[in-house]
Amino acid sequence: MKILAFAEQRDGKFKKVAFEIAYAARQLADQFGGECAALVIGKNIRGIAAELGGYGITKVYTSEDEKLGLYSSTAYARIIADAAQTLAADVVVLAASAMGKDLAPRVAAKLKAGVASDCIAVKKNGDSILATRPVYAGKAVIDLKIRSPKMVLTLRPNVFTPGGVNGGIASIEDFPAKLSDSDFASRVTGVSVTKAGRPDLTEADIIVSGGRGLGGPENFKMIEECADVLGAAVGASRAVVDAGWRSHEDQVGQTGKTVSPSLYVAVAISGAIQHLAGMSSSKFIVAINKDKDAPIFQVADYGIVGDAFEIMPELTAQMKKTLGKE
Amino acid sequence: MKLFVCVNQVPDTETKVKVGQDGKTIDRSEVNLILNPYDEFAVEAALQIKDKSGAEVTYVSVGGDSHKEVIRKALAMGGDKGILIKAEGISDSSAIASMIAATLKDSGADIIFFGKQSIDYDDAAVGIMVAEILGLPSASVVVKLDLDASGKKVTCEREIEGGRETVELTMPCVITAQKGLNDPRYPSLKGIMAAKSKPVQDLAAPPADVLTEVTAMRKPAAKQPGRVLGTDKSAVPELVRLLHEEAKVI
Repeated sequence: MKILAFAEQRDGKFKKVAFEIAYAARQLADQFGGECAALVIGKNIRGIAAELGGYGITKVYTSEDEKLGLYSSTAYARIIADAAQTLAADVVVLAASAMGKDLAPRVAAKLKAGVASDCIAVKKNGDSILATRPVYAGKAVIDLKIRSPKMVLTLRPNVFTPGGVNGGIASIEDFPAKLSDSDFASRVTGVSVTKAGRPDLTEADIIVSGGRGLGGPENFKMIEECADVLGAAVGASRAVVDAGWRSHEDQVGQTGKTVSPSLYVAVAISGAIQHLAGMSSSKFIVAINKDKDAPIFQVADYGIVGDAFEIMPELTAQMKKTLGKE
Repeated sequence: MKLFVCVNQVPDTETKVKVGQDGKTIDRSEVNLILNPYDEFAVEAALQIKDKSGAEVTYVSVGGDSHKEVIRKALAMGGDKGILIKAEGISDSSAIASMIAATLKDSGADIIFFGKQSIDYDDAAVGIMVAEILGLPSASVVVKLDLDASGKKVTCEREIEGGRETVELTMPCVITAQKGLNDPRYPSLKGIMAAKSKPVQDLAAPPADVLTEVTAMRKPAAKQPGRVLGTDKSAVPELVRLLHEEAKVI
């Protein structure tokens, strides 16, 4: 069994999830007693490729080209599928990130591979792989057997976390991209940052979310202040997004983002079933709500039944103190 | 211009999922089925092009007879006709994509729209697979869409972590729609009446390889309710201490 891990980078820096993919691919390869290599695509990326050695990757292929500095689904998918074929890889592993989710179906269709998306566990199952993944935004979980000889997996960020960096060394080899203009039929021409200074919901280790109980968009300032002390992302319930208080990009839950941070703080969120589906797999959940019967308390590890307007400033102040940020 | 919108029928978001007798799919006995929410943004995007510059809009769904309900719902919003590819009980994205691609291969489609994912299996794969099989470029998770006046190019914005990418695509192409792309219209009474007489064609499912198989479905381990630490701000220091010292998450 040979596994190819696609290690995602932007602007010449690996995304955190790239190391998770490298680590998970290594673990999976070990179950089969198989081989594992990584592929990096972009501009000026040869210098970072060696970093993957610390996560169990011994061979890194780099596809470097001026034109690959900005993402192109058509060109990147071509290179990944070409590499999988050239290296006779049986499995391609990508992140269930904006880029990985865009690439995986294309790569799978090129390789006639079955795809398991957004996996939270993957393991050897005879000659095949059994993937475990959430469905219905996390209201249920399925085991998925891939029947095809070639397989494509995307792994949920924040789940396959490597324990740390080891002293492994990776050898680096060029994998020249053979591309024509038609491979850039879809191409990115620019990137704009919408949330400067705050992590994205799907990548954040901590999320502080607000609900309709906050009364109005201006009161999200309390949520943002707390989030900024923690280096956290700011989330919102659907009610808040539908009311136009926050952008849809902030919505947590079914028809929004499904998240699994280490800590999820739900402030003035009652916990509708759609919201609970999207955040219940968080490792620790804190609920702050006036209504002691709010469903959010059913999934919370710690709760305070009380008024967010009274509790949040105190919480932010105490966090500052504890983290030495006063 | 010829536009296609692929629509799916899914359990509504209120659904409390129960695992069915087969242990592999959900119990559908008390489930309310709706047009997949993300598909509404895809429908609206196509209808806005039709309103502005004229286009033929055709809806395509893969499923059993009940999927005609979502085709009719979309037709009530607007558009011209529907195609139901009759295939029941298939959840494998590769198989569904190859059926849609076989159906639309010679359709002369300028843009094929999808919702960014169906909210049942959350695979977010079918639209992009259809693009690849048909040799078309795609943009997924699109929140802004502009057609070039020449009719040969589409510029859109797609959501990525912490920002947006601007993507340029040649036409024909595939677009998958994200919430925020537009505000889907409600069907008018006139629209609902008109939809009843719009043609919906039944099509036998083209052959397709099913590449994945669900072997088991279960509910995630239920989270146990934890501790209520207090009823006012005096509980805050204890909360912060627990998060810092016991949970070690801050």
